[in-house]
Amino acid sequence: MLKILVCISHVPDTTTKIQFEGDGSKLNKTGVTFIINPYCEYGLSRAIGFQEEGKKVAITALCVGGPEVEPTLRRALAIGADDAVRINADATDAGFVAKQIANYCNGKEFDVIFTGKESIDFNGSLVPGMLAEYLESSFVSYATHMDIADPESMTAQVKREVDGGEEVMEVPLPAVISCQKGIAEWRIPNMRGIMGARKKPLSVVSPNESLELVATVQFSYPPAKGNCQYFQPEDVSKLVDSLTNKGLV
Amino acid sequence: MLVEPQKSAKVAHAYEAPDYYQLDGLLTEEHLLIRSSVRSWLNEHIAPYINDWAQNNQCPTHLVKEMGELGLFGPSLPEEYGCPGFDEIAYGVIMQEIERVDSGIRSMCSVQGSLVMYPIYKYGSEEQKRRFLPLLAKGELMGCFGLTEPDHGSNPGGMTTHFSDEGDHYLLNGAKTWISNSPFADIAVVWAKNPDGKIQGIIVERGMPGFSTPEIHNKWSLRASTTGELVFEDVKVPKENLLPGVTGLRGPLGCLDKARYGIAWGAMGAAMDCYSTALRYASERMQFDKPIAGFQLQQKKLAEMLTEITKMQIFTWRLGTLMNEGKATTAQISMAKRNNVDSAIHIAREARQILGGMGITGDYPIMRHMMNLESVITYEGTHDIHLLITGMDITGISAFR
Repeated sequence: MLKILVCISHVPDTTTKIQFEGDGSKLNKTGVTFIINPYCEYGLSRAIGFQEEGKKVAITALCVGGPEVEPTLRRALAIGADDAVRINADATDAGFVAKQIANYCNGKEFDVIFTGKESIDFNGSLVPGMLAEYLESSFVSYATHMDIADPESMTAQVKREVDGGEEVMEVPLPAVISCQKGIAEWRIPNMRGIMGARKKPLSVVSPNESLELVATVQFSYPPAKGNCQYFQPEDVSKLVDSLTNKGLV
Repeated sequence: MLVEPQKSAKVAHAYEAPDYYQLDGLLTEEHLLIRSSVRSWLNEHIAPYINDWAQNNQCPTHLVKEMGELGLFGPSLPEEYGCPGFDEIAYGVIMQEIERVDSGIRSMCSVQGSLVMYPIYKYGSEEQKRRFLPLLAKGELMGCFGLTEPDHGSNPGGMTTHFSDEGDHYLLNGAKTWISNSPFADIAVVWAKNPDGKIQGIIVERGMPGFSTPEIHNKWSLRASTTGELVFEDVKVPKENLLPGVTGLRGPLGCLDKARYGIAWGAMGAAMDCYSTALRYASERMQFDKPIAGFQLQQKKLAEMLTEITKMQIFTWRLGTLMNEGKATTAQISMAKRNNVDSAIHIAREARQILGGMGITGDYPIMRHMMNLESVITYEGTHDIHLLITGMDITGISAFR
């Protein structure tokens, strides 16, 4: 039996119009739709793929967050995770999140831990590496392929993209794998899965005390786009004049 | 044979349903998950191709199994027969999402779930339920529903299709028409008069000698779903195919309640798509140096559309809670079906005007919705008949005869 943990980030939908609260230190969540971080969802899909290949697996989906993340975990259950865990704390600092997940993993003997290559909100790419360090396990980042040809061997075959090619690796389990596009296809929960998710356990775990080492002081919007002036291809001389007049050339 | 469809970028947009009164707050997390899942599937597998299918009069029968796998057939029937076992609001939400894309596809699902699976579940023997429901739920069998006849539409009780008792089987004769799914259906739930002249349901299977399903061609509406006839010429039907649980017109009418409820939600979906399309177009289309959304006459259209959609949403949600409690009456369902389809047609027409000439092209979904809704306002009880049902309910006097 392969025990797989899929770490899931609860993130704003990719089409969200981002707005911040008054002092700019927090996202304004009003009217924002949240989804499973798409890169985490690749990990979940890959885990379910093992099941479809006939391997015996137990898949736990985990998210660090308040009660508002439960619909996201319920979706993971509907897609095919067997049980879900919510660590009841706000996920603000990567070190804190990695520490919480590591604490939870302690003694659970997960063979594979999938994470996204990054969460699409903060884009830190920090949690998987820190988590592997805390767990003293192998770590492959940005995996585009992952296989366990023989579960008895406790070895995984992993591929990742490198500049101009592909890197093929073999890593001992347990391993933390951060997932990149290509490792699996996203799945849409079907109606029977959604009904089945009602009966699957979703447990809430209290966070362990650990320090938040980094605090966000402020977010700011990218600078507004300046006025653009367009020139037709036949008007190159006008462009040169304009740049010259502005003292730019 | 399906030709490779052209993907039309304009219909495959990310979509947020209008929710002016925060009515999503009346739905459960599970309803919202159901909605987003069905929406994702439709946006991937149906929306990009539907214009082509409708233009070419092609029904995506190749997706039936996938639709079954997703759980679009009979979503509120119990799990023990292979169905999801959701409540009626979930069923409504699913119908809304499907019809937001196309009424023809929603019709396929409505017929399968409410008019084929539901009567087998409600009136069938345990053996019939075990034999048919799981296969119908998975889309491995497709069904159709035979009530309307060439000479009996609004007056189904006058039907002439009948069967006689031949000892070890029944002998079925007659014809049904305007039957969604009939040209490719594997089974038909047919309502016919028994030897005592009472209406009963009987399951007719494709391949039974004397049973044929000619297609009705040249429709200007529901062009992405198939419609046909059912013809029975001395069809021998095994006795175990008779639905034992109901006799009389209340059998088929009970199924229609369920289907009409789904239509009330579905029509709202079509209306939402027309409204959203018109709002987006009006915001982008510049005339006299400003977006046409800035002109009073266009704002009037848009504001009235959203008002009507909001009313429909409240209407259907409340009806859904009554359905869940088993308290919804046939007359209440008639009122919702009639109102919502009528509102949707008006919204489609107004939206089409906002788009000007572009509104008549297949680049936008509005004209397709408008033509589809002309069927929806007629089938499963016409606009006029539903009014008379309400009239009869409030006065106690039938105006049918």
